[in-house]
This record gives sequence, structure tokens and C-alpha cells, in this order.
Amino acid sequence: MDLVPKMKNVSVLGAAGKMGSGILVLLSFEMAKLKIGQKSKEDFVLNAIDVSQPALVNLLGYVRSQLEKHAEKNIVELRQWYADNENLVDNEEVIQQFVTDVMAMIQTSTRIETTFESNLIFEAIKEDKALKVKLFSLIKQNNPDAWFLTNTSSIPIGEIEKEAGLNGDIVGYHFYNPPVIQKLLEIIKCENTGDELNDFSIALAKSMRKIIVPSKDVAGFIGNGHFMRDALYALNQAEKLAETEGWAKAFFMIDTISRDLLVRPMGIFQLIDYVGVDVTKFILESMQPSFPQETLSHGVLNQMFDKDVKGGQYADGSQKDGVFKYQKGRITHVYDFGAGKYVSKEDIEMDCAAKLGELPTLKIYWKTVVRDKNKADYLQKFFKELHAIDSVGANLAVAYGQNSKAIGQMLVDTEVAASANDVNTVLETGFFHAYGPINDYF
Amino acid sequence: MKALRKKVYMVAGYNTISMGTGRKEFHPKKPRPDLEHYIKEAGQETLKMIGGAQNVDEGVIGNFMASRFNKQANLPAFLPMIDEGLKHKPAISVEGACASGGLALASGIKSVLAETADVVLVVGFEVQNTMKAMYGADVLAGAGWMKTRKDGHAYFFPGVFSNRAGAYYEKFGREKTREAMAKWYCNAIENARLCETAQEFHNKNKDLESMANMPVNPKKFVDHLNYSDCSKVSDGASAIAIVSEEGLKKVGIDPKDAVEVLGIGQAAADITQEPENMTSLTTMKAAAAKALEMAGVAVDQIGTVEVHDCFSIAGIMGAEAIGFAEEGKGVDFVLEGHTSREGKVPFNTTGGLIGWGHPTGATGVHQAVTVWEQLTGNAGEAQIEMKEDRPYGMSVNMGGDDKSLVVIVYKRGE
Repeated sequence: MDLVPKMKNVSVLGAAGKMGSGILVLLSFEMAKLKIGQKSKEDFVLNAIDVSQPALVNLLGYVRSQLEKHAEKNIVELRQWYADNENLVDNEEVIQQFVTDVMAMIQTSTRIETTFESNLIFEAIKEDKALKVKLFSLIKQNNPDAWFLTNTSSIPIGEIEKEAGLNGDIVGYHFYNPPVIQKLLEIIKCENTGDELNDFSIALAKSMRKIIVPSKDVAGFIGNGHFMRDALYALNQAEKLAETEGWAKAFFMIDTISRDLLVRPMGIFQLIDYVGVDVTKFILESMQPSFPQETLSHGVLNQMFDKDVKGGQYADGSQKDGVFKYQKGRITHVYDFGAGKYVSKEDIEMDCAAKLGELPTLKIYWKTVVRDKNKADYLQKFFKELHAIDSVGANLAVAYGQNSKAIGQMLVDTEVAASANDVNTVLETGFFHAYGPINDYF
Repeated sequence: MKALRKKVYMVAGYNTISMGTGRKEFHPKKPRPDLEHYIKEAGQETLKMIGGAQNVDEGVIGNFMASRFNKQANLPAFLPMIDEGLKHKPAISVEGACASGGLALASGIKSVLAETADVVLVVGFEVQNTMKAMYGADVLAGAGWMKTRKDGHAYFFPGVFSNRAGAYYEKFGREKTREAMAKWYCNAIENARLCETAQEFHNKNKDLESMANMPVNPKKFVDHLNYSDCSKVSDGASAIAIVSEEGLKKVGIDPKDAVEVLGIGQAAADITQEPENMTSLTTMKAAAAKALEMAGVAVDQIGTVEVHDCFSIAGIMGAEAIGFAEEGKGVDFVLEGHTSREGKVPFNTTGGLIGWGHPTGATGVHQAVTVWEQLTGNAGEAQIEMKEDRPYGMSVNMGGDDKSLVVIVYKRGE
């Protein structure tokens, strides 16, 4: 498919944000392929649009550093792209020219009107349906041929499509964080999404070398469909434990179990902190209307939000305080929800270990297992031993694994995911799990 | 010249760690020792073994591209930094790409022969982890003719030797050549594991063969070589003292703890010309022949060789150029185990450029230090047994694509 006609003028809404900036960088790579690699005669414009001018200035610094890294990695190909330019001899000269050429295609703007000229509108603003609908309908009225590719992570795309009057010119394009590195892309075709747009979105994703998983247009899709329910389960388990152990120990134990005994890259509450207590709450709220029979909210989460314990990251990528406090990425303190203050991890660690009791003698770590050729064997042995132990920790872990599996299976049964494999791919690539939730271990 | 007009010895060799990827203490984003550190460490350790700076008559510094890796020139003036006692002594620096170290040795040998010095301190160094590999490739490309850089590969020298490997595959068979290259890599790592200054000393990979037999990736690297076929990007320095008979007495070292230089063969080829034969290192061949002739030694009397394996294929072609095998038979020579540490001529006994490391300007000196260690029984864990009928050692140092060559033949002092 010839991507050029649609790629000539592209806008990214929310370009200075965590997801938007990554999407902008990916799009700049794609434009570079067309303009420099394929030597297209067309002019290309990539609009980086955000409400904050200072954030856009910072964004350009980020884009430049990403372009440099990309050029360094792909220097063999870049030398071919610039083979005709006799002035570019050293790799360094080629790399700098590439960065300059790509940066020249990027324009920053704080005005929504900038999108009126664009063929494609990528959107990565906050998960707020009303705001999305408002912006899209405004753009559509002024730019009737525009295609919308939205990084919406939980709101049904069909609802946005209808409310904004988009005539099927929208597709869900859900990247994972950080978009430049994360291979996974959930593509959500809504009921009205046009075939041409759908085909284009797949062709572009392939060109970006993404692992594409199609998801049905059901709130939360596959990724958040699993993650949110997993998080609610963890909150409920913690709440039960808190009755006897207090909140700090409850948070710490469930987090430890979900990381060490489920062999995941981080515990569930650390993941909530990473995503943000606030963002988690917004996602749940956006999903709730689609699932009236389920309770997709949690009092603890809401009250933490009210108390301004929100997690998320600072601009430099370091972690804000949430369920935990961190130092250099390591948990140092745990939030005691009942008392409304943080307690030192060291003060509760021993008690928690004693409470969890016996654990498998076979020690396996996500970090080493995830890339091991014999991963399946290790996991098999580990979980077998886990099942055989009758301790608080082991029982909680087994129940946790079974619940995660049930969520995965529900997503398949309700056709949100086309197959168990798709669910597993999302969790393994989007969440870096060492194994998918639908497995024989639980 | 048939033979050296007077006896020339080398003593008191010292190698710093070869720092770079592979070493546990290496982290690309953390601060590392600078060139001053390496020059000082190597120079001072050699001085300690020869009774201090007052015994030194002059110094030679070998380096390739400090001017670009470290933005530093005027290297002779680093000699007195090693020790105050070297202040106002003559110093010179020499450059000949990756043969800079060998040329530094040649310069020292000539000073002794010219009788302007009885004791010459030779230090070779390079600190090249100051830049990422793709920028380092720009700098190292200076060892080739700059006018060919534009059409060359992003990784210029891997590209040059990849082309040689490709030509060799075509002429003598790809499969066997790849096997020999894999064997070369395994030998290099196994030897490096015995030498604690080696860059691959910490290599614990149990399956080296799989590593060496990974498919090549022309999209990200070159057509015919793997990373395992390439020498390392290294920081390091090596030092050795070159002395006359009088010098040996002056520094108080028993000749048995020295090696005598029996022959030296230097050769240069026109850098603006393409190789006359893609599957043969003809300049190396000429230099090796000269060195052997001057030494009056036959190739089958050589008991150990330090050969310039900037790439595994260069090591194999080196074995041919020296005369151990005919053109195209170097692969068999390697596959039959003759170059392994138990073989008849152990090559690169501490790993060579692939296993020990390749701090470019230091490499020629490092080779001499390794030969000196082996012939005098100072090689520690890496010590090989020198056989009576093969008492001689040889070092082969190459700059660029077979352009600047220094070959030296040694025997243990008597």
C-alpha cells in the first residue's frame, strides 16, 4: 500500500504527553522512510500539537534524541539513503543530516486549527470521551476527509465515532508505553470503521514493525480489560487481608505475591503506581457504563485519589508516590491506607514474610526466566511446587493466577479477543509477562 | 640487512586490563579511566621492573587516534607524566593505525641499533570507548584511504574484511571457512579466560560455538562476518623496555628473563591501492619473510605466534601469510588444531585481538609483551609449554588492510 498520500500531512494531538511523544517519534521514522528512504518528491509535515508550549519545546529535545538513537541503530541503511550526497562521508555526518532532515518535517503548534490541513489525526490526549468527541467533531466539520487514529485505551471507539459524527473515519490505535520500544499495538475497528482506513492502519502498523492484536470494540479492549479486572481483584484481596494485617502489610503482601509468585515484572500495585492511581480510576470509570452488571470501581482507589495519592511519573520519568514510595525504582515505603501515612518497607517486611509462610524452594525470577529457552519447564516446575504448598502465600498466589486466567478466558468467551493466543500476546508483549494468563499452570 | 648489527632485547613487559564490553567493570554510561591512567599504569609498572626512570634513555609512545578518540595530540609529552625522572628525556610518538604499537617497537629497536639509547621505554595505548561503535568506526576508518570511505560500509573495517572473507568463501568454500572462523573465536575466548587482563576474561558462555555460528545480519552489520569474528573495542595500554646488552646490565635483569629480537620485518603497501589479492595478505607475507630471513629461523621453528586477528579471517589468512599453510589451507591448519593452545604452534595465547582485546595503538606492544611472557615463563595461567624444536616466538602487527606491517621474531635471552 502506498502510504504517501495519507502521510503527507499528519497531526498528533497530545504530542507532548507520554504516549503522544512516542507516537510522534514513530511517525517521524515513517515519514523519514518515505521522504528520505524512498525519495518521495512530496512535502511532508508532522504537526506536534499540545496545549503547553513549554512542553512542546521539551518534546523537540526528546524527538531529537530518539532520532539520533534510531539513526545510530540503522546506520547501515541510512548510508544507503544518503549514498548520493557526496558531502556526507562519516557516519556521524550521515546521522546528523538525518536528524536535521527529519526535524525539518516536524512543526509544533498549540492550535487545534493546525489539524484542519491534515490527512491523518493521531490522538493521544487523556481518557476523556467528552473532550475527544468535542475535538474530533470540530476537526471533522473543518476537515471532512480526515482519518482519526486514536490511542484510546478503554472507551469504546464506536461511541466516539457516533457522538462526534465521524462517518466511520476512526480506528482505535492503542500503543503501549513507551510506544517507541513497546512492540504491541491493539487495533480496534469499530462497527463503522471504513475498510480503507482499517487496511491503512494495518499497513502502517506493519511498516512500524508492531505486533498487531485486533480487539473487539468493547470498553477496555484486551489490555485494560485484563489489567483493570486484575487490579480490582488485587484491591479486593488486599482489603480482606487488611482486616487483620492492616493496609500497609496487605498492599505489600499482594504486591509481592503478584510479582514474585506469579513471576511478573512488577507487582500489581507497583503497576498501578506506574500507570497512575488517577489514570487507573479514569479508565475504570470509562469502562463502567459498558458493564452495568460489573462493579468497575473501588472505594480504596477513589479515596486515594481524593487524598491526592496518585502515583504516575514526573517529567524525568521517575515515579511519584502512590501505593508505594520509591527510591531509584525500588520500593522503600508502603502506604497505610487506614492511617493515611507511609510506613517503611523494612518495618513490615519480616512480618509479611512470616504471614505468607512457606514458598516454593525453587527460586525463579522474572528477569532471568522471561528470555530463557527453557522458560516453560521452569515455570511448570515452579507452579507445580506452588500448588503443592498449603500456606497463606501459596494459596493467595494460586487463587490470583486462577482469577487472572478466568479474566483472560472471559475476554475470549465474550469475543473481545479473537483467541486465547491474542490475550496471551497482549499480556506477554504489552505487559511483559513471562507467560500468558490463559495457561495450564493454573 | 641480513642480521641485526647488535643484540637487542625486550624486558619488563606489562599490560593493563583491556577495558570494554565483556569486562564486568565496564559500563558504557559510567566514567572510566582516562588515557593518562593507562599510560601511567603501564609505564610505571615497566619502570618498576627496570630499576626506575633514571635507567631510561628515551621513550616511544605508540598510538593511533588519540587525536580523535580523545582530542589529544602531542603525545611525546605524555612520557614525562609517567615519572618525573623522565623529564627532558627524548620522546617520540609514532602512528601507523593498528600497527602503531609495532612501529613503536621498531622505533625503539632502531634507537638501540643506532646506539642513541641503551634503554628505551615503549608504551602503546588507545582509549576508544569514548564514543559509540558507529562513531568509532568513522575514526578507525582513518586506517584506510579516506577517499574510499564514502563508498565503504558504515562499519568500515568490518566491511573491508567482510569483503575479504566473502572472496575467501568463494574461492575456498564457505562452510569450512566459517567453521574455521568459529574455531578461531572459540580458541580466542578459551585463551582469554586464562588471562586476567583480557577483555573476555569474564566470558562464561558455555556454548561458544553457537555464538560463533549465529547467522550473519547484513542489515545491521556486514555481509560475511559476525560480531564474534571481530576484535573488540578496547581501552588499554602496554609497555615494554627495549634494551641493548649494556642496557640489560644497567637495569640488572638476567638475559634469561628477557627475549632477544632476532629479526624484524617491516613493510608498507600503497594505501591508495586496492589489495592485489583479496584472499592473501601479501604485505604481511613480505614482512614475515623478511623477519624470518633476518632471524635465520625457519617457519617450522616458531613455537608461538601473536598474530593480528582484527577479524577471524585475518587470523586465518595470517597463518597463511606467515607460511604455516598455503593459500586456502589456513582453514585446515586452524581446524586441525595447530593454532590451539595444545597445538604445534599456539597462536594468540591470551586471546589475541578478539579475546584479549584491541586497544589499537597498544596492540603491537601487547603482542610483544605476550611473547616475552611466554618465552620467559611469565605467562601465569596462560603459560604454554615451549617445545625444544620450536623455541622462537613471533609477533605480527598490521595497520589497516594489509598496509603497514611489523613482524618480529624473538627467542629467550641466554
